[in-house]
Amino acid sequence: MMIILSKGTLENVYAAFVLANGARMEGIDAEIFFTFFGLEAVHKKKLEHLHVATVGNPAMHMPTMLGGLPGMEALASSMMKKEMEKIDMPDVHEFLDIMTASGVKLWACKLAMDMFHYKKEDLYEGVDAVITVGDFYKQSQGEGVHMLFV
Amino acid sequence: MEKTIAGKNITVNEEGYLTDFSQWDEKVGEALAAEASITLSARHWEIVKYLQNEHKNQVALSIRRIGKSGVTDIKEFYQLFPNAPLKTATKIAGIPKPASCI
Repeated sequence: MMIILSKGTLENVYAAFVLANGARMEGIDAEIFFTFFGLEAVHKKKLEHLHVATVGNPAMHMPTMLGGLPGMEALASSMMKKEMEKIDMPDVHEFLDIMTASGVKLWACKLAMDMFHYKKEDLYEGVDAVITVGDFYKQSQGEGVHMLFV
Repeated sequence: MEKTIAGKNITVNEEGYLTDFSQWDEKVGEALAAEASITLSARHWEIVKYLQNEHKNQVALSIRRIGKSGVTDIKEFYQLFPNAPLKTATKIAGIPKPASCI
């Protein structure tokens, strides 16, 4: 299962992580390619501070004006994190540890790294390498490989 | 449905999990492990016993919990029970398949 994570909002990051980890639990190989804002999920200084989107997210059932107020994202995110802990969901850092221990490969997109001026040292130590889109396609070769874009 | 495991008639569900733990013994565990191409070592047994104990205490099993068990870590768990470790290990232990996404 090849997963491309292009977003840095909590709900999208967890979706990608649950899918990758779930694949490993079933004995299926899994790799994640972090690109654009998805890189925040493996950026050491940012991965603990991911938020849910309170604006432009109709499923939050919150008026857009209200969602845009200062502190609203942080509040919604901390509420969501509490709920996640209740159902035994790990935080982002622990989830990364679980995935690397389970054999999930983590790749950072070179183009996005250059764009955001990130260095490999800025990233979570379990990231396997910084690679190009071409490298990721090469990784994905073979029969029965599925690719998901988050 | 009925299945002959280690010379005993055992009731299993459609996925091959025991439905009655009282029918489990170590021979059954060994036979179920052999079906998954695993030869049980002392380390395997420690984990199998841990899983059975957690099940007895009605703890919901997950990969995360295995990592925090103090009995093994996630990396070793995947090495000892390759391919779907939690599913395989619980089947060998004679307990139900955990309904866990993590």
